[in-house]
Amino acid sequence: MSESAVIEEVKTNPQGDVITSAPPPKADAKKGAASQRVVSPDYLMLQAPREAVFMTGSEAAKEAIRRANVDIAISYPITPQSETMQQVGYLYAEGYLKDYYRGEEEYGVMSAIAGASRAGVRCLTATAGPGLIRGMEVIASWPGGRLPSMLLIMCRVINAPLAIQPDNVELSYMLNTGGILFHAENQQDFYDYILAGFMIGEKPEVTLPVAVAVDGFFVTHARGWVSLPSADIKLPPRDCYHEAVPMMDNENPPIRISRDAPIQKSNFISYHMHASWQQEVWAAQARANKWVKRWMGSPIEVVNPTAKTIIVASGAMVSQSREAVRQASEQGIEVGLVKIKSLRPFPSQELVEAVDGADRIIVPEFNYVGWLAKEVRSAIPRTERVISGPRVFGGMTMPTELIMSYVKGRR
Amino acid sequence: MSLETIRVAPGFKEYLPREYQDLVDDGPFGRERKVSEVGSFKEAVEEHPMCAGCAMTLFIRTAIVALPSLENTVIIGTAGCGRLVLSQTAVPFIYGNYGDTNAVASGLKRGLAIRFKDKPKDVVVMAGDGGLADIGFSAVMHSWFRKERFTTVMLDNEVYGNTGGQESGMTQRGAILKMAPLGKKFEKMDMMGLAKTAGVAYIARVVPTNATRVANTIRKAVLIAREVGPTYVQAYTSCNIEYAIPTPKVMDDARMIEQQRYGFSEYFTDEAKSYWEHYERERRQVKGPDGESED
Repeated sequence: MSESAVIEEVKTNPQGDVITSAPPPKADAKKGAASQRVVSPDYLMLQAPREAVFMTGSEAAKEAIRRANVDIAISYPITPQSETMQQVGYLYAEGYLKDYYRGEEEYGVMSAIAGASRAGVRCLTATAGPGLIRGMEVIASWPGGRLPSMLLIMCRVINAPLAIQPDNVELSYMLNTGGILFHAENQQDFYDYILAGFMIGEKPEVTLPVAVAVDGFFVTHARGWVSLPSADIKLPPRDCYHEAVPMMDNENPPIRISRDAPIQKSNFISYHMHASWQQEVWAAQARANKWVKRWMGSPIEVVNPTAKTIIVASGAMVSQSREAVRQASEQGIEVGLVKIKSLRPFPSQELVEAVDGADRIIVPEFNYVGWLAKEVRSAIPRTERVISGPRVFGGMTMPTELIMSYVKGRR
Repeated sequence: MSLETIRVAPGFKEYLPREYQDLVDDGPFGRERKVSEVGSFKEAVEEHPMCAGCAMTLFIRTAIVALPSLENTVIIGTAGCGRLVLSQTAVPFIYGNYGDTNAVASGLKRGLAIRFKDKPKDVVVMAGDGGLADIGFSAVMHSWFRKERFTTVMLDNEVYGNTGGQESGMTQRGAILKMAPLGKKFEKMDMMGLAKTAGVAYIARVVPTNATRVANTIRKAVLIAREVGPTYVQAYTSCNIEYAIPTPKVMDDARMIEQQRYGFSEYFTDEAKSYWEHYERERRQVKGPDGESED
């Protein structure tokens, strides 16, 4: 063995840490990040010229994060999410993020996000199904902590028997935290909602965490056309001193009762503190609607508004419903469609108006419990119009024939 | 932050609470205080609802005085007695979820490092034996394996005091407590050994019988965490309620336990040792030889 074979060159990453396997990122990898310039949210989301690219949902998320000026991302693998946070890792290697690591498990990851958000940096993680439930104790406390952050949810089965297939029952748990929750229909939505979400959550009058959900595999692993602006522009950085609560960075005068003081004593002050704080969380969520309208067009999309039968759906179920609307039209039946983009804040007023003229409201879902049908029933008058279903679960696809059978009244 | 941050605009000072005025005039910000000065200046720890005679309170009070940069420190706690006094201290205190301290600290420290490149921000976890060795165990161990740069201080009262006296992993074998009605059936967890295995840069075990030693240990732990890697201080802070120690005998108990099984010990990695020796040399050159010494 020659001497040169024994002495190996030490490889390091752009941060200077030693790399022991696989080739290190190319030296010019950081050029992309360095060439980016900050533009206004309006320009990046609404005005910049775009080009259509054919890509998976995970890649669409990567392209959003590339332009989102994220400081730190914390990852943990779980199917069908892993691909996305791997892609975010590549962005870190290319210098688009300042810090990135694989956490110990989801409880730890969600807690670390809570720490990073309190430090005032823009932070991101993603999970799916059982991982979401594992992190739920923390996720449920983020809104009360007034912690802007981005959580991507790639929905999958959570209940036994274990499965990795898409089923979005986990979103029913997300409805009650106080945080903002968007449900993307396709790859394009996934790209757009992430960028809008970062900006909305950090608005002073909102100051809340945002979750963007997609149905696993149907969107994450399938390709679709995504219109993207150029990669050399990005959102402005987080402006943490213009939010609703002080940062935990010790740059403020000390106060005796800290922002995160426990409120556990059983007395009227503690009841009132908790009650008024939670009321403010939900009021802040409602205030997000203004920005949803600005950057996501509207919290809902309406097709055929005068139809007497209207389908209400969210996520990938909207795509199946569009096809059902088309098939019905071929058969001479007019069917309407309301797409719910924002599950929290829930667009109650917009929905009431959109279905005002409908006699029947069909709510197809990818889960057993029918949480969207319950949401619709709790928001609109004359609830006998709501037909809860059809529903498939455990990862099944929704045959448009099944939606059509509900449209035609056979169920 | 600095003393300038808390200073009040002229004309407004008299309208602030007395304790705030005292913090500005004679507080711990921007100057190093010795534990021997306690009682002669306004401490960051304010009035609190801890039990009479509580050794944990004495330890925390001493530890807060010892923090090398109070004005740039953030403290993280979890459920337990310690947070009742930590939330009454003039330092930002994060009280998150059960057993999340070291995960929150990881995200916080990294976030602060991104935002404050030239101004070290110290992050200190101060939580109980249940919070760190039981419910928070995974987060503690992984923060150590990842070499996160913050200090973990265990307030080890060997019991779940705040919930009313249940056995914890740090309870001595044989102790009869709630949820261990026949006596605890396994040994006290060796968190010092686990810290060493995980590569913690500085590890110390201490009992609050000697305030100067406590202060030196905390200062060492925070400074080494700032420059080298994770540090761990395990402090015996008895629960006089659940272990039925008469209030006047709390320090007798501390001295006895210290002699029997909780003697002072410290461990440095080579890197931490060389950093600390360098720091001490520099400090002596600047301040002269009359800095606080141990014992």
